[in-house]
Amino acid sequence: MAHILQTAFLPSTSALRRTPISGSKGKSQSLQVKAKIREIFMPALSSTMTEGKIVSWMKSEGDKLSKGESVVVVESDKADMDVESFHEGFLAAIMVEEGGVAPVGSAIALLAETEDEIAEAKAKSQSSSGISSAQVVEEKPKQKEESEPAVPAVAPTVSSIKTVAVGSAVHPASEGGKRIVASPYAKKLAKELKVDLGTVVGTGPMGRIVAKDVEAAAAAGVVAAALPASPAIAAPVTSGIELGTVVPFTTMQGAVSRNMVESLSVPTFRVGYTITTNALDALYKKIKSKGVTMTALLAKATALALAQHPVVNSCCRDGNSFTYNSSINIAVAVAIDGGLITPVLQDADKVDIYTLSRKWKELVDKARAKQLQPHEYNTGTFTLSNLGMFGVDRFDAILPPGTGAIMAVGASQPAVVASKDGRIGMKNQMQVNVTADHRVIYGADLASFLQTLAKIIEDPKDLTL
Amino acid sequence: MHSTSALSFSQATSVPTTNYAFHSHCPLNLRFCGLTTQAFGFSFSTHSASTRLRLSTRAPGHSNKISASPGHNGTPPTSFDYDLIIIGAGVGGHGAALHAVEKGLKTAIIEGDVVGGTCVNRGCVPSKALLAVSGRMRELQSEHHMKALGLQVSAAGYDRQAVADHANNLASKIRSNLTNSMKALGVDILTGFGTIVGPQKVKYGKVGFTDTMVTAKDIIIATGSVPFVPKGIEVDGKTVITSDHALKLEFVPDWIAIVGSGYIGLEFSDVYTALGSEVTFIEALDQLMPGFDPEISKLAQRVLVNPRKIDYHTGVFATKITPARDGKPVIIELTDAKTKEHKDTLEVDAALIATGRAPFTNGLGLENISVVTQRGFVPVDERMRVIDANGNLVPHLYCIGDANGKMMLAHAASAQGISVVEQVTGKDHVLNHLSIPAACFTHPEISMVGLTEPQAREKAEKEGFEVSVAKTSFKANTKALAENESEGLAKLIYRPENGEILGVHIFGLHAADLIHEASNAITLGTRIQDIKFAVHAHPTLSEVLDELFKSAKVKAPASTSSSPVSDPVSA
Repeated sequence: MAHILQTAFLPSTSALRRTPISGSKGKSQSLQVKAKIREIFMPALSSTMTEGKIVSWMKSEGDKLSKGESVVVVESDKADMDVESFHEGFLAAIMVEEGGVAPVGSAIALLAETEDEIAEAKAKSQSSSGISSAQVVEEKPKQKEESEPAVPAVAPTVSSIKTVAVGSAVHPASEGGKRIVASPYAKKLAKELKVDLGTVVGTGPMGRIVAKDVEAAAAAGVVAAALPASPAIAAPVTSGIELGTVVPFTTMQGAVSRNMVESLSVPTFRVGYTITTNALDALYKKIKSKGVTMTALLAKATALALAQHPVVNSCCRDGNSFTYNSSINIAVAVAIDGGLITPVLQDADKVDIYTLSRKWKELVDKARAKQLQPHEYNTGTFTLSNLGMFGVDRFDAILPPGTGAIMAVGASQPAVVASKDGRIGMKNQMQVNVTADHRVIYGADLASFLQTLAKIIEDPKDLTL
Repeated sequence: MHSTSALSFSQATSVPTTNYAFHSHCPLNLRFCGLTTQAFGFSFSTHSASTRLRLSTRAPGHSNKISASPGHNGTPPTSFDYDLIIIGAGVGGHGAALHAVEKGLKTAIIEGDVVGGTCVNRGCVPSKALLAVSGRMRELQSEHHMKALGLQVSAAGYDRQAVADHANNLASKIRSNLTNSMKALGVDILTGFGTIVGPQKVKYGKVGFTDTMVTAKDIIIATGSVPFVPKGIEVDGKTVITSDHALKLEFVPDWIAIVGSGYIGLEFSDVYTALGSEVTFIEALDQLMPGFDPEISKLAQRVLVNPRKIDYHTGVFATKITPARDGKPVIIELTDAKTKEHKDTLEVDAALIATGRAPFTNGLGLENISVVTQRGFVPVDERMRVIDANGNLVPHLYCIGDANGKMMLAHAASAQGISVVEQVTGKDHVLNHLSIPAACFTHPEISMVGLTEPQAREKAEKEGFEVSVAKTSFKANTKALAENESEGLAKLIYRPENGEILGVHIFGLHAADLIHEASNAITLGTRIQDIKFAVHAHPTLSEVLDELFKSAKVKAPASTSSSPVSDPVSA
């Protein structure tokens, strides 16, 4: 599931992180009601233009505009151009000041039809005025949103950026993170992708941040940044959704929607199994002190079972062939801040349980710090989703496009069990339910895979080898 | 061969604080590219300077041997070995020599290094080879561009050594062409460093050998220039380099800082970014490309800087640059140009010092004829006649090219040399520097002739005339569109009342080749109302200028005479 989300988010990075957009978006909703106040958008002056800089406003707030009159001079990647008004009215509010930069399609000013509406329009723009000023001073932290979790209660001033800049401290001359050393193109990309260089770890010569670091951070950041965004969205929801309204999807929700629909093109089926976990629980108790987690144990068990059933670790890319993956990478869905992410335990069959546990902890920490690199969350070949901790005893998962199977793990609960020798006993049991792509994985494959898995879990000595 | 000496151009830049004297002479005003105010104390590029110095210190010891009567040095000889001796076989000296032979003069040229000078060996010529490579790389890498033309090319790559060899081979080829052309015409090439001993007397010789004394009716100094390195910058030739080293292309750094955003810096940024480097410009003035017409530099920045892997720091001096050593990168200290406070520190893989060029005149023996250089430049009048310490003209002595600092371009040196030969053969001639075009061979190219718009407006205000500006875009040109290279602008600055062309600036495909219609018109004094009737082949890029002239609004009627060309004007 989470996997679906991530892949879908990648392209929308900038949009998600660009505060101004969401700001103007929020506003456009409210404005739809009052059609007489129009927005003046940043026009696309060339095919390659993504953002424009306001060179000068030729009109000031309150000025009357006639249709076709030049309002503002915009500097694109190509030239300075006069932008004309498509409508008659009054320039009610300037939302992006001179020198400010706005992405193509975002509102840069409001146009009121009558003079009476100017005040109203101004009020509307107030809500987003903070946004536009943040744009004017490019340096001013968009990082704010990202840095907040790490450095709570620090005003978003330049100094706060510096404090967050520990990421690049690896660089010998970065003076313990006081200075960020990034190549020219890395800086350009960071600006474009709205990545805070302070949070990027450099892998270039002498720890310098290079273009690929920024790209990686942007890709990881999307997912990460999207997550804390959800409580923000959720907050107003709980504090009072406006009932009877229609709220359009955010970019992220749109992506989820698209992927959910896409998953319908894969012919999936489900096979369930009940596994006794007493031995696993005992083992867990024994090695818990060594930092081993249940997630790591489950992942390890799954990986070992997959090693014996390569077909369950395969996927169908083109509808004509099996793609047998060379390594067993277990993606594990994790809920973070109301969002969802799937860090990947690579080569889980080969790595020992202690290393795997450490790796897992590191991945979770990284996910929380939004520093997961793309290969750390999108290289999974098999997905685990565990809702057992919430007491869910069984559920089924949707198969993430591009993989062959996902296993939904329920809670391990004590149950009264009749054993083969005719006795009645108490055993801990958990239900697992695998969803698989039937083009490559058949019922018998899953059945034998689950049997192997059950054997491993019921006799878990191999897990600690 | 007479290609624009892009590399020797931004010379005037070297000595900003004292450059005011040159303002009146140097209309192109291409100075201040990223240099420091401490620029006063020239630190010559060590190799050439030391050689020259050794020579001059050695000279007194030998003087007895060479000259039987050193006391006669002050008196001019009565008969001469040559009609004309040129010290320095660069493009300027070569141009002068060829013209002198044509005029029937017995000519010798003295060269202590290799024939061809900066332009051929360490300047415009090898840099054009590198730019030819970068231009193609750029095209092949531009997926968008290729797709638009319907072409499919798999990933473009390059072999650094082969690229470097191409540049080196070109330089050798041009050098031998140059040498042969002079030999064929009967110009004597005398090897060694030339020193002026007295009026009409020069000695030359290789280090460690006896000097030879020669006399000539007229002498031209054409010793050129060397890269200027501001104080505090340590050039090691590997990670901190000048254009001399960069042209050898010994390595392509991941990240290179270019100090100075004039011609040299701009061209190298084009080369390095095409070969995969990222570039940081360090410019002392508040904007990049300060020497160009503001409108052109703004557009150029949009096309040549912003979309490329280039960032920049403006209004800062690179006050200290330490080469990479002990596992540390190249470290650059940036100081605010105004407050003089430390502003930033950069760490890069390499730094190219492109802060202009310094005249190479030390050890020329100018003291023997009581000439005092001005920050290294030999003072001359508008006829290139050398002026001595008392403000008097030194008879029979001329100085052309970078050594006089009037306009540091290869073809300007050559033109000055031709002008001098005209004078010594009895025809007065004053070169109009406002008619000398200049070009920067980026992709696309930049070219210009005459005044920039601000210069024209200032002049107009002072002299009380009207100035108009006409512009055309390459976007409307069929040929440019066919090439899918329609980014560009041509700009004409003119006097509407009489149609005089004051300046033309072009940014676009083949701009360097296009400028000559305008520079020729200025040289010949052709007015816009007349040149409008000249026909251009269709479809060609030259129609950009055709459009430009036609879009000008001149009040004066076209001349009615059969030959519309009026008398040449001189500035």
